[in-house]
Amino acid sequence: MSTAIPRLAASGAGSSGGGESGYGHLLREGEIDVSHRVILYLEDVSVSFDGFRALDALSLAIDDGELRCVIGPNGAGKTTMMDVITGKTRPDAGRVSFGQSIDLTRMRESAIAQAGIGRKFQKPTVFEQHTVWENLELALKGERRWWRGLAWRTTLDEARRIDELLATIRLEDEARRPAGLLAHGQKQRLEIGILLAQEPRLLLLDEPVAGMTDEESERLADLLVALEGRQSIVVVEHDMAFVRRIARRVTVLHEGRVLAEGTLDEVKADDAVVEVYLGR
Amino acid sequence: MNAIADLARAPTRRVAPPPTALFSRTGWAIVAAALAVNCVLVPIAALVVPGTSPFAISAYGLTLAGKIMCYALAAVALDLVWGYCGVLSLGHGLFFALGGYAMGMYLMRQIGREGVYQSDLPDFMVFLDWKALPWFWQGSDSFLWALAMIVLVPGTVAFLFGWFAFRSRVKGVYLSIITQALTYAAMLLFFRNDTGFGGNNGFTDFKRILGFPVAAIETRVVLFVATGLALAGGVVACRAVVRSKLGRVVTAIRDAESRVMFTGYDPLPYKLFVWTFSAVLCGIAGALYVPQVGIINPSEMAPANSIEMVIWVAIGGRGTLVGPVAGAAIVNGAKSYFTAAFPEFWLFFLGALFVAVTLFLPRGVAGLFRRRGA
Repeated sequence: MSTAIPRLAASGAGSSGGGESGYGHLLREGEIDVSHRVILYLEDVSVSFDGFRALDALSLAIDDGELRCVIGPNGAGKTTMMDVITGKTRPDAGRVSFGQSIDLTRMRESAIAQAGIGRKFQKPTVFEQHTVWENLELALKGERRWWRGLAWRTTLDEARRIDELLATIRLEDEARRPAGLLAHGQKQRLEIGILLAQEPRLLLLDEPVAGMTDEESERLADLLVALEGRQSIVVVEHDMAFVRRIARRVTVLHEGRVLAEGTLDEVKADDAVVEVYLGR
Repeated sequence: MNAIADLARAPTRRVAPPPTALFSRTGWAIVAAALAVNCVLVPIAALVVPGTSPFAISAYGLTLAGKIMCYALAAVALDLVWGYCGVLSLGHGLFFALGGYAMGMYLMRQIGREGVYQSDLPDFMVFLDWKALPWFWQGSDSFLWALAMIVLVPGTVAFLFGWFAFRSRVKGVYLSIITQALTYAAMLLFFRNDTGFGGNNGFTDFKRILGFPVAAIETRVVLFVATGLALAGGVVACRAVVRSKLGRVVTAIRDAESRVMFTGYDPLPYKLFVWTFSAVLCGIAGALYVPQVGIINPSEMAPANSIEMVIWVAIGGRGTLVGPVAGAAIVNGAKSYFTAAFPEFWLFFLGALFVAVTLFLPRGVAGLFRRRGA
């Protein structure tokens, strides 16, 4: 229904015309303000479930166009962090903002997705009864209002876009098959296709290579590296070979907070990290 | 990468668009044949063919078939929300009854002064010693008003209920139980004389509709034809909804609601639309049912009625739209035979039928005709 995006502060969104001055800059509706290079902020975010602190004053900043890996032992809060960013879980405390101006903690899941955050689940989640083609068609960036869906016709441009996506995720031959009949790795690829179809500014991938063959995971790594700079990507992954292949910066989570941050080698050399995670 | 290269060479080719036709050619032929039988053959058999001929249709047969078609329309409506949106409503009998009551109010006003007490007020109001029509009966003497109420009352109740239930993300068995409670509460409310709808007797003894005598065979034929048209229209409309992009989103909500949300669709208006649309169709079915059966009372809101609707859909084949038509016809045809021949065994037979279909025909009767899985 309403897709209004709550604003944190008056960051020049009005008609004050201070476009060139240092502080205010004109911001159009639906545009993400990355004037400080950062596309996603988490500040002191805490989440508790029945007394268990899943996130404990977590702070994190992802730059626009960055490809970031998040690793950490089970229960470190990786999936909860994604839930908080995508609106599935409301934080008990803290601030989550998309760009400078969009407060994610007050938005519904669908509004957050429309604002430009795409999410891939740990367990591949696709529309099983729909064909692969229809899966991508529904996901294509564009019309989301329900009444327009009654008389919707997919345009030629959209059909071409779907064909391109099918080629990117290499599922051309499966286009007409119901997604429920795909193999696990194919579903993973389809879900990534669904994400790309939304043309998000920020992709959150929860263990994307689980269940993929080595070849598939190599291809995905190549794809993510190719997207770097155009889209910001956060990958939660256990597969260290995959992390090594794609990561520029790695964040290690432990007990709901950031334990270390740096290149993979820096992180691996960190004593605290060795103790809780890699060393065992 | 070949696909892109191919596209560059043949820019108008679409690789794999989904089928968009509403029905296949055979499907349309079946719809047309059903309409021909409904609008031509049955009226001839009822009005022209002499009663002694084996091809003649009696008033009883006509009313029974009309009644079953009303049930079938309700089943189609239920299938839209259950089969395609995954919302198992155990309260659709409420919407059916509300549509029936909206029509019943008009039929009561059409009685005029011919009631037992020869008053302008409906008999039950005279009996309760009411002196004037309550405010919510104003306008009920107009047929157009009745038509509006048939759509608006079930639609509004469904919209409000759906708004709160879906917004609070109530799902699955919890939602089913709430719908069951809703129809039960409404039944208790309508049982009260003070509610103003005739208490446990409801409305009956109808005389006329639009000035024509309700019991006349010609009126019955018109009602039958109207019911058939409503049923066909309901199936085609539901099919159109299901095949639209909106319908594909609704099916996607059924299968993976979180994926739908994280793809940027807010499920609330989508669910609310099919839910309300379904309730309106159900109300129309109830409105056509009342003049043919000649009575509406709160027992139509009994929880068992709503559950029976679910059985029609399950037996016919959930998520097929046409299957529930067959399901309603099979169950109610059997019911009218059994309750006459072996009245005490009807519920056992219904139970056995349900168990047999669940065990041997998990996709219902429609599954027998399905060529490939969807």
